[in-house]
Amino acid sequence: MSEYILEMKDISKSFPGVKALDKVSLKLRPGTVHALMGENGAGKSTLMKCLFGVYSMDEGRIFYNGEYVRIANPFDALRKGIAMVHQELQPIPERSIAENIFCGRYPAKLPGVVDHARMNAETAEVLKKVGLDPEPERKLGTLSVSQIQLVEIARAVSVGARIVIMDEPTSSLTSSEVSKLFGIIDSLREEGVAIIYISHKMDEILRISNDVTIMRDGQYIGTWPAGELTTDLIITRMVGRQMTNLFPRKENTPGETVLEVENYTSINPKSFRGISFNLRKGEILGVSGLVGAQRTELMEGLFGLRASVSGAIIYKGVKFKCSRPKDAIDHGIALLTEDRRRTGIFGVLSVADNISVASINKFHKYKLMIDGKKINELVEANVKKLSIKTPGIRTLIQSLSGGNQQKVIVSRWLANDPDVFIMDEPTRGIDVGAKYEIYCIIADLAKQGKSILMISSEMGELIGMADRIMVMCDGRVTGFVEGDEMNEETIMELATRFETEDEKYA
Amino acid sequence: MLEAVKGVQGKKVINFLLNNAIIILLVAISIVVGILRPSFFSTLTASNLMRNTAARFIIALGVSGCLITRGTDLSAGRSVGLAACIAATFMQRSDYASKVYPNMGDVNILLVLLGVVLVAVMFGAINGTVISFLNVPPFIATLGMQTIIYGICLVFTGAQPIGGFREVYTNVASGSLFGITVLPYLAIISAVCGVIMWFVYNKTAHGKYLYAIGGNENAAEVNGINTRRTKIIIYATAGAMYGLAGFLLGGKAGGTSVNLGWGYELEAIAGCTIGGVSTNGGVGRVSGILVGVLVFELLRIAMQFMGVEPSYTYIVQGLVIVLAVAVDMRKYVAKK
Repeated sequence: MSEYILEMKDISKSFPGVKALDKVSLKLRPGTVHALMGENGAGKSTLMKCLFGVYSMDEGRIFYNGEYVRIANPFDALRKGIAMVHQELQPIPERSIAENIFCGRYPAKLPGVVDHARMNAETAEVLKKVGLDPEPERKLGTLSVSQIQLVEIARAVSVGARIVIMDEPTSSLTSSEVSKLFGIIDSLREEGVAIIYISHKMDEILRISNDVTIMRDGQYIGTWPAGELTTDLIITRMVGRQMTNLFPRKENTPGETVLEVENYTSINPKSFRGISFNLRKGEILGVSGLVGAQRTELMEGLFGLRASVSGAIIYKGVKFKCSRPKDAIDHGIALLTEDRRRTGIFGVLSVADNISVASINKFHKYKLMIDGKKINELVEANVKKLSIKTPGIRTLIQSLSGGNQQKVIVSRWLANDPDVFIMDEPTRGIDVGAKYEIYCIIADLAKQGKSILMISSEMGELIGMADRIMVMCDGRVTGFVEGDEMNEETIMELATRFETEDEKYA
Repeated sequence: MLEAVKGVQGKKVINFLLNNAIIILLVAISIVVGILRPSFFSTLTASNLMRNTAARFIIALGVSGCLITRGTDLSAGRSVGLAACIAATFMQRSDYASKVYPNMGDVNILLVLLGVVLVAVMFGAINGTVISFLNVPPFIATLGMQTIIYGICLVFTGAQPIGGFREVYTNVASGSLFGITVLPYLAIISAVCGVIMWFVYNKTAHGKYLYAIGGNENAAEVNGINTRRTKIIIYATAGAMYGLAGFLLGGKAGGTSVNLGWGYELEAIAGCTIGGVSTNGGVGRVSGILVGVLVFELLRIAMQFMGVEPSYTYIVQGLVIVLAVAVDMRKYVAKK
């Protein structure tokens, strides 16, 4: 029996254009809680997905109880005794709690016939263990988000897992539920179960973990006993990186206020609330925050994709109601969405169609038909101006690299000549070289007097590009930083300023 | 080294064959049957092929818009039937014994055409509205409409067959331009529809929106496209096509009943998918649809010439549908 229940050695994993993990290692002792920390995009979730068999790794080896193992898929992982409580839960809401817990391993009396009595009895037992009412036949979808999270944990317990991965398990729990969770974690620990715990909340980490491993930019920084660490030390190790000349020189000069947002509040009480800020002409306003800070939701709200219940948008001194994207577009606002595949590109259409789709009404000929020649001119001009690398303008956009796809979408909006550019994670999934080109485009737009709202999970990028940074935490704006205050420590402190229970109900 | 080059070239050849499988199949069928039965290559065969494909092509054009936007239209066949029955009622000879409205005079044929098209457009617009505003999945919305239209048709005709058409009506279906066998009116009307739809799909903003919605509806919305209005126009346009096709088929058959048009929607969907319209959305060309529809009819005629019992035709057609789509899906799977 080796000292470690799990050893991950030199794990590497690349996605097209990005090296997500670069020789990362992790050693897990049985009966301990091992915290895994790092900024968004540091590679924590990717590493865990490699362990759980969701991704196949490019390089590296996994030793489980000292033996070299290959984990082919999540089912394989579960069978070996590795369970994961997911950041984005993927349950089946229309089926019962019991069926969710036993999904894929239903107990059977006869081959193929599910033994419901046994399944329900075992579910009731494990539900009691995690402090939920023993209602195995209740439809999962009728539970609250935090209860569903506890069901996921119950599932991990019921498979008899020796390793439980918890990815942000407390993100939707109240503080009393959190203490209950910690109780469960303690009892698991006593049974010799090892827990990998991913969270951004420093106090939680310091409270329950034995060891802490820190990652940064897909690399392993180090592992320390939790007792030797403080919040400051963790933050410094998480973010501390040498900033070289990664960004273009800024030549923009912010002018008068273009966009004012006052007390903007979502229809969803868990989303953004009471948001106020203003954006000046030629300014790059960065927006920072952790996963779940509701930054994207806010931007989609401003663009008319999500409903608000109160607050106002004042654009160039005039209040305007934005109930659908067309309203925003007509006012000269553009949105570069976060998820390029889902809401950005039209994969099966050509580069030309992708560039012209939002401005097609400007190219009418004889009222009825569109002026193909003028559109081609527009497309050719943009391909040249933003140096989009494509074999031709009729090439399908899905065959271009991420960076070039992003440039296509930027030129799509440029054709509408917007004044305000909302850019949600403009460099996500783009390789380093292309990132610089996108930065140059952004800097150039600001220089031309366009106002830019730039959301990014990479703090370095915001500090390098923005004139000011607005920091959000859990649906609220927790502060603005500019000048010397624009450093990672200050931003991180604001981004983790969660409301206490008292504030929530104040 | 040489082996490797051969391998690459072999792959290229295979890809070329698979990517153009349908056209190759069309040509191969024609050549084989033409050699075995020399009478196959005749103006009569060509004319038959064109007459029988004309209405199917028009219906397939209508359905294609729905398919490209990841929808479908199961009410197509019944719309065609209703349009045919309405047209038939107004195109009966005044001296015909069992005339539905004995006292009605001769109505202008163009007026009748306009009327049935408008009725079909109305049903299409209702489909589009239900799909856009009530968020009913297209499969269900048009399934309901299919049944409703059939019921309306039963009520309207009293389940009685309608016959005894004026010559001006039957002539549209049986006649040909300047009396030339290979220029039947049906084919010309059908070709005009093809050209119009090609223009709409490729040269208008509406066409660009259609492909954009099919390619990525979420992104279309973000880009300010009025997806609801566009979808209503698509389903209404489809209705117009069914109305016209029904009008033509009534005249072609020389008599109509409520059963006319039954199952045509499935044949149209099959024709579209064989012709490369992707059910994943955003992909489809008018030329492909024409080829898809032609394959069906050509298979039928070819098997007739070879003396195969008609019942077997269905088995072969079914196989072609599945194989054609399987070959087409290769392209998308390979890209992941």
